[in-house]
Amino acid sequence: MEEKEEKRKVEMISAAEIRDKYLRDEMMPHIFCTGCGIGNVLDYTLWAMEKEGLDMDKTVFLSGIGCSSRLPGYIDVDSLHTTHGRALAFATGVKITNPELNVVVFTGDGDCMGIGGNHFIHACRRNIDMTVIAVNNYIYGMTGGQVAPTTPEGDYATTAPHGNIEPPFNMSEMAISSGATYVARWGVKRPNQPINSIQEALQNKGMSFIEMMSPCTTAYSRQNRMGAIEEFWDWYEDKTILAEDYEKIEKFGSEDERETLQDKIKIGVLHQEEKKSLSERLQALIEEVHV
Amino acid sequence: MKEEELEKAKKVIGDESQFIHGDTAVAYGALLAGCRFFGGYPITPASEIAETMAEILPKVGGKYIQMEDELGSIASVIGSSWAGAKAMTATSGPGLSLMQENIGFAHMSETPLVLADVQRSGPSTGQPTLGAQGDIMQTRYGSHGDFAAITLSPNNIQETLDYTIRAFNLAEKYRTPVFLMLSADLGHMREMVKIPKEVNTFERKQPKVAPEDYVPFGKGEYGKEKVPEFGVFGDGYHTYVTGLTHDEQGFPATDDQEDHDNLIRRQVEKILDDREELTDVEKRNLDDADVALLSYGITSRSAMGALKKGREEGKNLGYLRLKTLWPFPIKEIKELSKNVDNIVVAEMNLGQIYHKVVEHADCEVRLADKIGGEVHSPDEILAEV
Amino acid sequence: MIELNEDYCKGCNLCIEFCPRDALEPAEELNEKGIHPPVEVEDRCNNCRLCELICPDFAITVVEEEEEEE
Repeated sequence: MEEKEEKRKVEMISAAEIRDKYLRDEMMPHIFCTGCGIGNVLDYTLWAMEKEGLDMDKTVFLSGIGCSSRLPGYIDVDSLHTTHGRALAFATGVKITNPELNVVVFTGDGDCMGIGGNHFIHACRRNIDMTVIAVNNYIYGMTGGQVAPTTPEGDYATTAPHGNIEPPFNMSEMAISSGATYVARWGVKRPNQPINSIQEALQNKGMSFIEMMSPCTTAYSRQNRMGAIEEFWDWYEDKTILAEDYEKIEKFGSEDERETLQDKIKIGVLHQEEKKSLSERLQALIEEVHV
Repeated sequence: MKEEELEKAKKVIGDESQFIHGDTAVAYGALLAGCRFFGGYPITPASEIAETMAEILPKVGGKYIQMEDELGSIASVIGSSWAGAKAMTATSGPGLSLMQENIGFAHMSETPLVLADVQRSGPSTGQPTLGAQGDIMQTRYGSHGDFAAITLSPNNIQETLDYTIRAFNLAEKYRTPVFLMLSADLGHMREMVKIPKEVNTFERKQPKVAPEDYVPFGKGEYGKEKVPEFGVFGDGYHTYVTGLTHDEQGFPATDDQEDHDNLIRRQVEKILDDREELTDVEKRNLDDADVALLSYGITSRSAMGALKKGREEGKNLGYLRLKTLWPFPIKEIKELSKNVDNIVVAEMNLGQIYHKVVEHADCEVRLADKIGGEVHSPDEILAEV
Repeated sequence: MIELNEDYCKGCNLCIEFCPRDALEPAEELNEKGIHPPVEVEDRCNNCRLCELICPDFAITVVEEEEEEE
């Protein structure tokens, strides 16, 4: 009987304990709308940090401006809530000045790919040792629902009242082609995958980029006829496919099967490699020329 | 700053007199002051500051990074300052315009940093290789909202090096961005410079209390009352830093009129309360002057010529050089205006400091303006007398 | 057993939607915050903790019940 009990023992600590340990109680409950995926992203990040055992005195969170950028305010840790799109540049300064610090950046699709696009591609290129969690809700949520660089073609937004006529960016592809060494994309529906992926991202000694596909239950959903959150989940189920499955079908599938891949979004760990981080390179330079 | 750090810097720079230009002097001054981070972007005529820093910073264990643009540059400097380093950037007019948003962030978050602006003729791309004094108002009022600025203006290369050290000290003392104004002429002009034997640096005041008792944006306990102690990242203080209006703990307080009022007034007063202490001017021949020549930066060297020539011609001229532009030396101007009939303000723009002088002077004020990238000749200044 | 912190719950119903055992349902009455908070359906919870992991507000905790000594 005792053996069975041992096996049933849950490994992770409880949500209440996570709350006490990591969150600033006076700031809760958070401002995210009912059903917003950002709340899930906060969850999963904290579970991942708990699993990894990060020293919270040596961890710095950064963010830009937007709904997802409000996340660091809830976590009891040194944090820098910066200007729109610039979090990665601030983070560059923080990390290379004190490489001992664990640097985690929360950003959004508008913050990272719109105004922040330039800082994003350069931070990836430099392979700075940090973890960037970009919440992609396909819209500029905080300001009321304007079209974003990731808004799907044809979708509605307050500044695309006749439907978006521009093709969207693929954030993860940008990260990969710019040089990030760990790139993953997940939805918020199934917890364990993103939790483990965020943990891997934290462990990666280089630029880790995780795109979290998240429902915006107000600004986006209202304009795009996804009134009930279940509709987003359905859309998510239909649209996404694990990267490994995508590759299998591409290689071995019939023509019909391969056609279904056309509009699908790949999820999972999309790219992983080892490369020197900027801090390593800087350290090598200093050792070489030090007086 | 620790002795070894200063020794390291001197080993890299050399400790004898050298024939260097203004841009190099800024870099040398920074290293001697303890600057260990530079985040910048190429721009004429300030690129040499970045180039020199790229060369010398790694030799003392400092970090140099060329960011992707000026916005990234100033952002990286602020991040670095919060991670514990004395940090700086260098740019010119167009770059300064780009940096304004994050300069505002630095004011709001009370982040010490030094920004060297080697001015060039504008607006816009203007005359990239020629000097001007067109950014003076920009350092004081460039960003949106309310804040106070500290802006220094040397007029020779030795002073450039010394004032760079002073800029870092003021930045740390007041927890604020400090602007060091040069122009293309000073930036690229060479003069003999003595490397100082001793360097007095002001180290940032760290909190002495336990993290739970630390109030990141409250009263300074053992330094200046309006300057809170600075608990940098990684020391366990868990500070929340934001550009939003915040309370003393750092948390957003955007709906409260009083919170905003208290915060911003303290940030402004921490500098303006010390207006007189921060004021630095050079006076010549003012005791019996009828007309005072007021200038700063490179123009003041022509003003010296105008003073000499004018006096030889029998005119009762005096000379006032502003070494600190902001906070504006109100007391000096008021007193000066009581003792002279006229003040002639000479600047390489269409009137910037001129307006502040008019505001505070009780006598007539005239402007000897010049644009187009050429420094005033003494005659051009005398023409307004 | 499921513990709910009603101060944090925003009534998004994700826990109800995704519980693999249908062990949660919306309460009959509205609470002070104007939502139907989730309540436990007896004897269905198997401590999988999915609700705990998925709640965006850290509002729900699964407390393992004491096993009776055999």
